[in-house]
Amino acid sequence: MNSTPKPSDARTSVLSPGVGEVIRTAGLTKIYRSEGRDRAREIVAVDHLDLTVRKGEIFGLLGPNGAGKTTTVGMLTTRVLPTAGQALVNGVDVMADAPAAKQFIGVVHQVNTLDRSLTAWENLYFHGRYYGMGARDAREAADRLLERFRLAHRARAEVRHLSGGMAQRLMVARAVLHRPAVLFLDEPTAGLDPQSRLALWEIVGELHAEGQTILLTTHYMEEADRFCDRVAIMDHGRILALGTPAALKRSASDGRGPATNAKAWLARLRALERTRGESFEGDVFDRAGVDTALVDVIAAADRHGLRLDDLRGEVTLEHVFINLTGRDLRE
Amino acid sequence: MTTITADTASAPAPGEAEFSRRRATWKAFRALLLRDLTVLDRDLKEFLPNTLMQPVMLVFVFTFVFPRIGQGIGGEGNVGRFSTLLLGGMVAQSIIFQGLFRVALPLSRELDITNELEDRVLAPTTIGTIAMEKVVAGSLQSLFAGLIVFPVAAFLPDAPIYLNAHWPVLLTITPLACYTSAALGLTIGTRMEPRLVPLLAGFIALPLGFFGAIFYTWDALTPIPWLKWLVLVNPLVYMSEGFRAGLSIGVVHMPLPAIYGPLLGFAILLTWLGITGFKKRVLG
Repeated sequence: MNSTPKPSDARTSVLSPGVGEVIRTAGLTKIYRSEGRDRAREIVAVDHLDLTVRKGEIFGLLGPNGAGKTTTVGMLTTRVLPTAGQALVNGVDVMADAPAAKQFIGVVHQVNTLDRSLTAWENLYFHGRYYGMGARDAREAADRLLERFRLAHRARAEVRHLSGGMAQRLMVARAVLHRPAVLFLDEPTAGLDPQSRLALWEIVGELHAEGQTILLTTHYMEEADRFCDRVAIMDHGRILALGTPAALKRSASDGRGPATNAKAWLARLRALERTRGESFEGDVFDRAGVDTALVDVIAAADRHGLRLDDLRGEVTLEHVFINLTGRDLRE
Repeated sequence: MTTITADTASAPAPGEAEFSRRRATWKAFRALLLRDLTVLDRDLKEFLPNTLMQPVMLVFVFTFVFPRIGQGIGGEGNVGRFSTLLLGGMVAQSIIFQGLFRVALPLSRELDITNELEDRVLAPTTIGTIAMEKVVAGSLQSLFAGLIVFPVAAFLPDAPIYLNAHWPVLLTITPLACYTSAALGLTIGTRMEPRLVPLLAGFIALPLGFFGAIFYTWDALTPIPWLKWLVLVNPLVYMSEGFRAGLSIGVVHMPLPAIYGPLLGFAILLTWLGITGFKKRVLG
């Protein structure tokens, strides 16, 4: 067996890891071929993806169903074989040397993948052993993580008796037990109640503070906005936009969503010119994402000596998302 | 296609120490095995009756009930000979069924319905190693099943007289039979459509058992030539014949090369089918 990762002859690109990068892909492509009744069909799930995830960041992969997020995560976690292109995780080619790459990867799936034949504690203990930890180290790590993820009281519980939130926390604990270079969270809060969701983000925040690199996929735009350092909006296997949530919202503020709102506000203000005498209180005012229409609103309000209260025309990541990916249903 | 070059000098080193693939593979393999044996230990109260049920029933019906109701199986005054014949078949059958069921059923469930295998598939080793661990764990469970069936022989009338272990055969046929059974489990568990796997008992186990030369020797099928040749596609035939060769004298069995050759062939074929089937299921 050869321990040095070697790009296969089929790939023409030469990929080397950059400074402070945990994930780097070049031309990463996955084409699914299905044999139809009359002819073979090809579905391009991921189309020449060039992606870089930096050390220590929370990177969000957003996109509608079928955009290629899960396939991308699948390829990065060695579970889906790319049709073309390359991907490095912590400098190791996931295709050429999957066993070595796997030690740098921690994965939390959308569905419960806990080992139902084992207890909560054993799920952690055996995970440590799979990753080469000795019995004592694995025991200590299992104890420590159960404590930390507030699951110590359920250590001996069978997995199927855990609530959805507990199971999710246990999966995160398991995924970080072997100290991966990157933690993949696939739709981590889907189907969780608000408390569990909050608890999960608290944990993610703590891991982030400790320098854990995290790549997550999500449909929840407000979560991506709040917690991700950078997001990529993906559709049809390609990245349509990439940047910090603030930058994406800024660039989209020329777009339709907020401008429409701002224009509506302007119209209302002009109408108010004629009906002075009403009371306008409050001064909550957010200039983020201000476009020309908004400036007009402000100017108009100023002119009339009005104080603006609750001016909501703020661009959200959801506007950016819908602008880029359209309103059509995917499934 | 794009060519990406970057500053490689300060690239993150792949692990503090050089990743030793062989060591990681061995550790992961051992841990996976430990996990499966832990689960077996937990399931023992189901495993034991499950394994013993069929041999006990067979012994009771064939060597106690039948002679008393005049069902002359094995021939008049030949109960002892029939018992020794049956013992080899029972050991073989327990081995093949435990190998098959203990690998195929959990595997099919964990791959398809519960996704439980995810964490083990991500262990830092090759997919082939993870599949092979399933075969080894299944083999050990098969061996265990075979071993606990032997005491049943104590209840076989006159059997000890006819029992004479032929150790070189016994010590080679046992691991080969266990391995082949677990490889069959891997093949069925990964290649059979998941919705059909619960029907395994009817589809696969029944024909395997009834045409597996358990309660008759292969040679005894001579009056029905087409059946005699057809049952040769059944690996259980070679196991039953092999255990008869290893356990007893006075019972006709196939020549040893005709037992070892096909069984070895089945072991190789089923390993290949099982591993490729496993890869197909876990890699997109």
